[in-house]
Amino acid sequence: MAIKKINTKKLLKDNTMLIALIAVMALFQILIISADKGSLLAPANISNLINQNAYVVILAVGMLLCILTGGNIDLSVGSTVCLVGAVAGVLTVKLGLNIYLTIAICILLGIGLGAWQGYFIAYMRIPAFIVTLSGMLLFRGLANVILNGMTISPFPSNYLRLFTSYLPGSDASDAFKLIFTMTIGIVACIFLIYSTLRGRSNKVSKGYDVDPMNFTLMKIALLSAVILWFASLLGRHKGLPVVLIWLSVIVAIYSYFTSKTTYGRHFYAMGGNEKAAVLSGIDTNKILFSAYTNMGFLSAIAALVCVARFNSATPSAGNAYELDAIGACFVGGASAYGGTGTIAGSIIGAILMGVLNNGMSILGIDANWQKAVKGLVLLAAVLFDVMSKKKQSAK
Amino acid sequence: MASNILEMKNITKLFPGVKALDNVNLQVKEGEIHAVVGENGAGKSTLMNVLSGVYPHGSFTGDIIYKGEQCKFEHIHDSETKGIVIIHQELALVPLLTIGENMFLGNEQGSTFNINWDDTFSKANKYLKLVGLKEDSRIFIKELGVGKQQLVEIAKALTKDVKLLILDEPTASLNEQDSKNLLNLLLQFKKEGMTSIIISHKLNEIAYVADSVTVIRDGSTITTMTKEEGFDENKIIAAMVGRDLSNRFPPRTPKIGKTIFEVKNWTVSHPTYSDMLVCDDVSFKVNRGEIVGISGLMGAGRTELAMSIFGHTYGTFKGGHSYINGEEVVMNTPKQAIEHKLSYVTEDRKGNGLVLDNTIRENTTLSQLTRISKGITIDPDLEIKFAKKYIEEMHTKCSSEEQKVSTLSGGNQQKVLLGKCLFTEPDILFLDEPTRGIDVGAKYEIYTLMNEMVEKEKAVVMISSELPELLGMCDRIYVMNEGKFVGELSKEEATQERIMSMIVKNDAEV
Repeated sequence: MAIKKINTKKLLKDNTMLIALIAVMALFQILIISADKGSLLAPANISNLINQNAYVVILAVGMLLCILTGGNIDLSVGSTVCLVGAVAGVLTVKLGLNIYLTIAICILLGIGLGAWQGYFIAYMRIPAFIVTLSGMLLFRGLANVILNGMTISPFPSNYLRLFTSYLPGSDASDAFKLIFTMTIGIVACIFLIYSTLRGRSNKVSKGYDVDPMNFTLMKIALLSAVILWFASLLGRHKGLPVVLIWLSVIVAIYSYFTSKTTYGRHFYAMGGNEKAAVLSGIDTNKILFSAYTNMGFLSAIAALVCVARFNSATPSAGNAYELDAIGACFVGGASAYGGTGTIAGSIIGAILMGVLNNGMSILGIDANWQKAVKGLVLLAAVLFDVMSKKKQSAK
Repeated sequence: MASNILEMKNITKLFPGVKALDNVNLQVKEGEIHAVVGENGAGKSTLMNVLSGVYPHGSFTGDIIYKGEQCKFEHIHDSETKGIVIIHQELALVPLLTIGENMFLGNEQGSTFNINWDDTFSKANKYLKLVGLKEDSRIFIKELGVGKQQLVEIAKALTKDVKLLILDEPTASLNEQDSKNLLNLLLQFKKEGMTSIIISHKLNEIAYVADSVTVIRDGSTITTMTKEEGFDENKIIAAMVGRDLSNRFPPRTPKIGKTIFEVKNWTVSHPTYSDMLVCDDVSFKVNRGEIVGISGLMGAGRTELAMSIFGHTYGTFKGGHSYINGEEVVMNTPKQAIEHKLSYVTEDRKGNGLVLDNTIRENTTLSQLTRISKGITIDPDLEIKFAKKYIEEMHTKCSSEEQKVSTLSGGNQQKVLLGKCLFTEPDILFLDEPTRGIDVGAKYEIYTLMNEMVEKEKAVVMISSELPELLGMCDRIYVMNEGKFVGELSKEEATQERIMSMIVKNDAEV
């Protein structure tokens, strides 16, 4: 067994985006407080941030898998969200179908739409840009045909409860809400401590290199503090948003998939060098197909979340969502040529873009300026990626 | 005796770590056809690139004297204005433009903002007639066969008022008839006073057109022979290959066992031209404990054969059977090939072999992730253990298994690639140019690993363009040319001269 040295430079480099996020949040916090407009980190605003950006997180996770395969993007996700939402509206509101059956049908529809595009991209090798541009028009058109240009609402309350309610429920006392979220926070901390220490001792027993103990403890302490603070913020507003549970499940599954499984590794290999991946026995067509099918699946989930949040299915739903998702991935460090990028990075990218939106809105900055700023941030993030690559290869 | 139109004196060109040209001298007389011959990698193309200004003045040492004056070409354009035009081995035509557009590409007729298309096409037609093409210059390049495309290249050179035409293996991809037409055209131009330099492997063609021959080997000029003295093919071959074999190969006592892998009547066609066979009815076998070499020139179909056997990864499979331990096996994908314990180390480690942006660890395990996984979950600790194991076995020089492959030297990248292939625990290992572009020390280590493989009763098939390497390492050598196996030599029978003459004598007769 050997103790690894802590390389501060590498540590900072690996967490650049996280540091950028914290810096941006700090900046907005200072600006907002000095303008006397409340606080970015007010409990109500945190809750708001989560609800506003849930769909971006879900879509960014799927988009990352597409981008990993070689910088392929999916332009159709916004239209898929609209179409699936429209179908959900028709089934529950107009036909009064059971909501669980509706959800199942909607998810199958999303998978079907994804598979339709995946087939042409993977097996016909039509560029993803073109196939999904076609999907963008096709699905949006079909959604408007289904909705007949009208908005469908309201959704049944038991449906809304699945995605927009808070735990432990609105009738609980404020004290109980806080106790509830803190308990969950403590459970999460215990799990974190247990799994980190167990993983470490496992490595030690097998004789592998590990981080120094005090570094590990510091990391645990820092993360636990963040979790508990976050739990207290939620507890002081309405409680734990249900949608956060869904998000956590999705992020956990996909983080595990991309970083720990053989299939996840195949995505990275394909994006890094497709020919080498083929000669290593990887079926790259299958990888590409599954990336887009999965994107359809996650678009459907995002659609279900969105119709619940707005309590309506509208013809303009999901407009420009694809750009939010693509932007989040690139800001979060995914390479525009594929092969690199992490789920965690995309989530950080999504939060960063969300904080920019939210912070500027609180400051009362004009919506058009908000767009302009986001555009520049996206360019800056990708420029940063390209520059750091150049520096590396120059070494 | 005619005067020299061109003299290249003491040309030395260094690439990082390699001396590509070492005091090369070349004299070309006005109005002759001068052939330059040598093995792959001898430095012929480098020399021509120096001459034409692809490598600018100052990036090499030595003098170029053309028509009595010293030349300092900074750019390929500078040599073209003097009438020196080079036609590269790979055609540089744009398939989706017309013949005329291609011929005047970069030299457009009319003014910058107003191309005169009538002039373009009528001039193009005139030059096409000179090279014996009847096609109209308004048709697209992609509609022409390779032979005619080569003629268009020559016509393009004529539009530049060429005085000295350099052709780099002009007939490499042509059939007999097209080759003959092209060579006759050169003879006709010679009568009109043009000088040509032709790089070729085909000695019969050289005997047909050339007035003198310069042999280059390992970056040095060996000899120049003239037609008056008479060419002797054997003399040329001896000059091409002659170098001594010192202790560059680790010793091994062969223990050859039963046949482990056999291929019968393997036939593969080109991926886009289905009537072009890149492997034509190839049969061979490898025994346990044996290193078998496949020799041949570039483009002979060796890589294509290996890739096709390795899960049909090249071209369209037309027929053939493969047997492992006497039992027929079908391998339609690389995955199946890996499962049957085959492994293929590609010649193009950056393009086809490694994911450069990933770490040594990730590259090592990529071909067989199941070996370090429980179900679909990768065990990261086990992965690191294996990555370290192969770094150690290969003597890869790196900071850790987390170093990105792109930051390694060529020799160390090759070791990572080899480790990646050995990680799948192959019984039959195909090595395609395993020592290309790496230094002598790393070569020796790779040879040692090959010996270790066969000592464990496994089999190695080595494709190489370096004859000494094949002779030093292999128990048996197959000679491949134009998609066919044209000979088989045992270690005792094989000499550089015999292999080279099998290759050059089997080339298309003129």
